[in-house]
Amino acid sequence: MAFSLNVNGRSYAIDVDADTPLLWVLRDVIGLTGTKFGCGVAQCGACTIHLDGQAVRSCVTTIESAGTSPITTIEAIGDTPTGHRVQQAWLEQEVVQCGYCQSGQIMSATALLNENPAPEDEDIDAVMAGNICRCGTYPRIRAAIKSAAAGVPAGKGG
Amino acid sequence: MGILARAGDLRLSRRSFVVSALFAGGSLIIAPRLIGTAQAAEAAELNAFIRIPPAGPIELVIASVEMGQGVYMGLSTLLAEELEVGLDQIVAVPAPANPALYSHPVLRDQITGGSVSIRGFWEPMRKAGATGRLMLVAAAADRWGVPAASCRAESGEVIHAASGRRLAYGELAQKAAGMPVPQDVPLKPASAFRLIGKPARRIDTPAKVDGTARFGLDARPPGVAFAAISICPTFGGTLGSVDDAEALKVRGVRKVVRLSDAVAVVADHTGAARKGLAALRIDWDRGANASLTTQELERRADAAMAGDALVAVNEGDVEAATGGPVVEAVYRMPILPHTTMEPMNCTVHVRPDSCDVWVGTQVAGRARQTAAEVTGLPVEKVIVHNHLLGGGFGRRLDHDGVTMAVRVAQQVEGPVQVVWSREEDVRHDSYRYLNLSRIDIRLGPDGMPVALRHRVVGPAIMARFLPIFFKDGVDFDIIDAAESPYRIPNKRVEFARHEAPEGMLTGNWRGVGPTRNAPAIEGGIDEAAHLAGIDPVEYRRRLLSGNPRLLAALELAAGKAGWGGDLGPRRGRGVALMAAFGSFAATIAHVHVGPDGALKVERIVCAVDCGQAVNPEVLHQQVESGIVYGLSAALYGRLTIEQGAVVESNFDDQPVLRINECPEIEVHVIESGEAPGGIGELGTPGVAPALMNAIFAVTGKRLRALPIDTAELSGS
Repeated sequence: MAFSLNVNGRSYAIDVDADTPLLWVLRDVIGLTGTKFGCGVAQCGACTIHLDGQAVRSCVTTIESAGTSPITTIEAIGDTPTGHRVQQAWLEQEVVQCGYCQSGQIMSATALLNENPAPEDEDIDAVMAGNICRCGTYPRIRAAIKSAAAGVPAGKGG
Repeated sequence: MGILARAGDLRLSRRSFVVSALFAGGSLIIAPRLIGTAQAAEAAELNAFIRIPPAGPIELVIASVEMGQGVYMGLSTLLAEELEVGLDQIVAVPAPANPALYSHPVLRDQITGGSVSIRGFWEPMRKAGATGRLMLVAAAADRWGVPAASCRAESGEVIHAASGRRLAYGELAQKAAGMPVPQDVPLKPASAFRLIGKPARRIDTPAKVDGTARFGLDARPPGVAFAAISICPTFGGTLGSVDDAEALKVRGVRKVVRLSDAVAVVADHTGAARKGLAALRIDWDRGANASLTTQELERRADAAMAGDALVAVNEGDVEAATGGPVVEAVYRMPILPHTTMEPMNCTVHVRPDSCDVWVGTQVAGRARQTAAEVTGLPVEKVIVHNHLLGGGFGRRLDHDGVTMAVRVAQQVEGPVQVVWSREEDVRHDSYRYLNLSRIDIRLGPDGMPVALRHRVVGPAIMARFLPIFFKDGVDFDIIDAAESPYRIPNKRVEFARHEAPEGMLTGNWRGVGPTRNAPAIEGGIDEAAHLAGIDPVEYRRRLLSGNPRLLAALELAAGKAGWGGDLGPRRGRGVALMAAFGSFAATIAHVHVGPDGALKVERIVCAVDCGQAVNPEVLHQQVESGIVYGLSAALYGRLTIEQGAVVESNFDDQPVLRINECPEIEVHVIESGEAPGGIGELGTPGVAPALMNAIFAVTGKRLRALPIDTAELSGS
């Protein structure tokens, strides 16, 4: 079936089965490899993207269910004010080690801050517990989210 | 004694490398020959570590692979320090697969592992940098007709202060290549370091926050196809029959590849390949291991414990020490997977006369070798394009995935990316195999140990992996740190080699031997302290009179953790020490155990002395990382075997630590001018024993098996 996908502001005509997970469409068909494969069953969060502004696991989100809603991936999240701030905080706090999970971490953190510009520890836990990091960067992720939140100009979100 | 010291004759001697320079491809190339063998000396290519082009950034070639440990940063820092360039003036590029040119000076193969990258390259990289700098200065001085001593190098330029003249390295590259190569170049004293030990932002991370970093799974050679693979779940089993009628109907599926022990579905994209794979009906011939269970493997290990062993360490006379109370305990460690975030994958293009391999591997040379062996091509016809690794932890020290992918690619036209599902990744790992430790500590009249006996039962990974660390039947890795860092007059370490069943790959796992031995040693010493009625920190303190660096780490950790202070009900602390990888660490865990046995790890304090830090932030990162990796294993790590296959398959049934479970982690570093020690694995070994000792402090329950079974703590 042919689908029309809206990814990072561009439109793509994609001809795959309706049950194809977005992850593989993004990575293998479109060639946006920043979104990562980690588990295939929505357990690790490495494949997190934004669909209509919401963080979703692209490994279990089918192309059919995506419809024509706008998709944002790690490649374009830096073009949003929150995403850019999160990326900068990630670098400032030296969060990153191997880096493989960090696309997903940044997408989840950006969605969190868009919803909740000043998250408490429990808010961070609730959202970020879905993203696994085997390098153990959790303490720095927590610090980076707080520092990105602190950088929000008063009264402004996203 | 550490593993490197044990293989003492392998240490890099000062005369074992010479530096060459030449002008090639438009660049000045500085090439230290690391091993100094005739083979390397005659090699047609030079093992370039520095390339200075006429314009643009200077290329620093990094022989170790980047898997998160910050080695691009570390080795760049060493080169840049002596070359006198800024980290913003260089790009780090991965070395090509060629063990004759890029072998680790101590491991003697192109391997990244064992926390030895900085230790091995500490001197050669700085000498390479210094050689390059001196030649550039000499070239400038010659051009200006002034004494070299009147010039200095700074930020990629040679400057003649008296006349105000300056020339960029690029402008001097060609001339410098013709200058005599200085020998025995002096290195800066630590007091003159401007990069080493100073804060600087990692150079590999910007590409990792915007999706542009390329891991092995991101290789996209033109025309690449994608394959999903299923390997016989039972170790050593083979493929029986496959019904592929439904799979071939899946849109995008191109082909089903049958191998003796696996089947792969090749498609336009991984989604179609996975869907096709799920549609296959596969009958496996499970072979000799078909009825194997965890219980049977444990029974075999117990039998090995009761059998013969070799004496690996023998100090004093443990038999002569008699009388006094004895701690006798067996500690049990489970089978562990690595679960790197990036599942195993490898992209291969096999042609009649050549082969390209795109992969992230800790053993690029072996990846190249296996591709040559499988295809029958000469090794020089194989090109390995090494990528960033989405985690290593020892998993990518084995090249089984490359071998498998090349076998698949032999049946595919054009390049194919073979992708392991997480389930396949867990079920076909190079496992940290189960091992047992029997510890036997005899106490003297003052309650302090007079004899320590430690019998280690487990595999000799080095026998196949790095035979230079396997001598007279003893694996130097598995007994690493087995004799404890403590001053005890009589010590004996025995090794009873016990291998996994044929067909099950076992390998290296973060923290290697020291992580295997820490629970028994640090648990055993804690048991001894308890038996003697002495505080566990005080007990260790008394045993460290000959080890000031470890003692200082213990004192620092104890102070920072508030050792001895009251934490309130159901809370307690446990301590564990580790001297390994040329470094020293004291770990103190602070836990809460609920009446129902629920365990919460609230805080981990770790004090380390790893000699001269190359980058202080990376040092902190690595110790934190090692701690979290150790915590995941201590709390959850265990694979179960049924029908000769791993039962667990993904993060739902083989959990790892998540952010909501992550304790406060504090790393305290002792400033030191000693030679650098390893940091990538230092944090891992101490975690499990510190945790088990803390649980004892709270509950009085002595756990001697991993992972921690909270059911045993209920009602305690």
